Amino acid sequence: MSAPLAPLPRWADLALIPLINVTLAFLVSGLVVLAIGESPLEATAIMLRGALGFGEGIGFTLYYTTNFIFAGLAVAVAFHAGLFNIGGEGQAMIGGVGAAMAALLLGTMPSIVALPAAILASALFGAAWGAIPGWLQARRGSHVVITTIMFNFIASALLVYLLVDVFRPPGLMEPSSRVFDAGAKLPFMAQAAAWFGLRMPKSPLNLSFIVALVACLFVWLLIYRSRLGYAFRVVGANPVAARYAGISPERMTIYAMAISGALAGMMAINEILGVQHRLIVGFTSGYGFVGIAVALMGRAHPGGIILAALLFGVLYQGGTELAFDKPTITRDMIVVIQGLVILFAGALEFMFRPALSRLLSRNVAESA
Amino acid sequence: MMETYLGLLNLLDSTLRLAIPLLCACLAGLYSERSGVVDIGLEGKMLAAAFAAAAGAIAFNSAMMGLLLGVIVSVLLALVHGYACITQRGNQIVTGIAINMLAAGLTALLGNAWYREGGRTPQLDGAARFGDLTLPFAEAARNIPVIGTFYAEVISGHPLPVYLALLAVPLTFFLLYRTRWGLRLRAVGENPAAVDTAGVSVARLRYSAVIVCGILCGLGGTYIAAAQAAIFLPNMTAGKGFMALAALIFAKWRPVAALGACLLFGLLEAMAIRLEGVPLPVIGQVPVQAIQALPYLLTVILLAGFVGRAIPPKASGIPYVKER
Repeated sequence: MSAPLAPLPRWADLALIPLINVTLAFLVSGLVVLAIGESPLEATAIMLRGALGFGEGIGFTLYYTTNFIFAGLAVAVAFHAGLFNIGGEGQAMIGGVGAAMAALLLGTMPSIVALPAAILASALFGAAWGAIPGWLQARRGSHVVITTIMFNFIASALLVYLLVDVFRPPGLMEPSSRVFDAGAKLPFMAQAAAWFGLRMPKSPLNLSFIVALVACLFVWLLIYRSRLGYAFRVVGANPVAARYAGISPERMTIYAMAISGALAGMMAINEILGVQHRLIVGFTSGYGFVGIAVALMGRAHPGGIILAALLFGVLYQGGTELAFDKPTITRDMIVVIQGLVILFAGALEFMFRPALSRLLSRNVAESA
Repeated sequence: MMETYLGLLNLLDSTLRLAIPLLCACLAGLYSERSGVVDIGLEGKMLAAAFAAAAGAIAFNSAMMGLLLGVIVSVLLALVHGYACITQRGNQIVTGIAINMLAAGLTALLGNAWYREGGRTPQLDGAARFGDLTLPFAEAARNIPVIGTFYAEVISGHPLPVYLALLAVPLTFFLLYRTRWGLRLRAVGENPAAVDTAGVSVARLRYSAVIVCGILCGLGGTYIAAAQAAIFLPNMTAGKGFMALAALIFAKWRPVAALGACLLFGLLEAMAIRLEGVPLPVIGQVPVQAIQALPYLLTVILLAGFVGRAIPPKASGIPYVKER
């Protein structure tokens, strides 16, 4: 019935199709804004001004971007191994528990000891929370998607329990740990700039942004330049071929989920060590799910993830400013845009491929 | 003695009430997954239906209109899911996530734009809310000890969607195991190529399953907003769609077992509310969070095959490609 389609040129596959899909998502978002009686163009202008128009705004944008880079990388690493990790939320929560434990224990030590230990703890705890579903899929055959959904709920119950009954100092009403000692506070970017005599506007942006960029480099090296990353990609493309090549799909599943979990856990560096300086309930606020949109948009490539994370950073910061200026367009608009991006860039990824393929091959034929 | 029995009946009554949204979503997921379409968008469909039901009930001052609109909106979302997963062969998990996000965002956004109360609707009252139905002979039966009080306190006195949801259980059993459509539906979730070879359209079967899934999610969402809470609040489904997914696994994709699993999870929820801060004999005080996490924990253990193995329909999650 459907004739085999001519393969698309690489540029169309890598840039044009994602661009069309994301544009469509934003067009539909514009219709939603119209439907609630506001002007999409004006809303876009307010968002861009709020996110990029002044120093503090840029700081907030990059602070959100930091979370989305970690969350996007986490989803991407699992993607490459053919796995779908939707447990980023839970892994980040448990990563936060790890970071907070290290920070509470070592906070009185100098930062050079306390901070690396807390960062490592966030990665290790996240890795463990990701590796268990990986192990369950590899060895017990339960699907990683379902298990990570369940693990999100278990993690959130565990976090509330720990905060209410274990970490909460006596006399405090809200579920929260005590504030960390100075050694375990990750410096704000404005503070770090001051060390070099530079002036930056105050914002929640902190040094974890640098950690996130390093993590991007690490993931690029891992996926495209290392034996392990190659094994991940082989398993993702064809687990049967992988087994013939002497790669154990089971082991790679566990490793990929552990690394994915570690990256998700490191989201806590930004939120817990960098901004809150204490462990609180709900610090992940759905950022783990944004990671799915970021990874889909960024085509699971670290470079693409930085761009997609930046776009969502602009959306989050701009959306906050927009909600301030236009009370009818609440921050829920961002969730709608996320959903549309995931729908068009992820679920309906191939909708335009046949038409585009026909169009491009006709052009080639005409010019020939 | 009578006091404890009434206390028990009270517990069972709230168990049933808490189990109903789970049951609707669980049966909804059952149709979808039995046909080979994994649906993690149950949560989003219920939430959207809850909002549509509340808005419809307010606009027409009629709970039945609320139900109708709730079902329509939920079915529309189900069709989006179907179009992406069946026609476009997109990733079913990704589509489910997109639907959850769309529903969470749009309901809060529209709710805020329409009612200006931070995303919530006004309280539903009078004809806009489903009233409690008293079943025949409930008052007379109240005087009969044990069974009569059980009938009057637990079985009778619920709003209409509760009985619709309970009726859906035997209906699902009949449809699935006693009709031609049900046989084909079960087959298409296990081996779509065989169904296709027999000359039955895989896409049409899966679309029909996805639509039934939408109707049931619509019923569940309507129950939450127009009967249970009598108001819409942003994110009011609070993970029930995911817990229903857990119950579905627990029930091993079977309708009657689904009722059991949902009642069990409902009971755990009802107990978690009552046990807050109350020390139990032998084990001492149980943290509420432990009881809240128990359904998820049990599902993980069951799915991993540590206690009785749960095996999903073989073809679920895989788009069907005719040319293969």
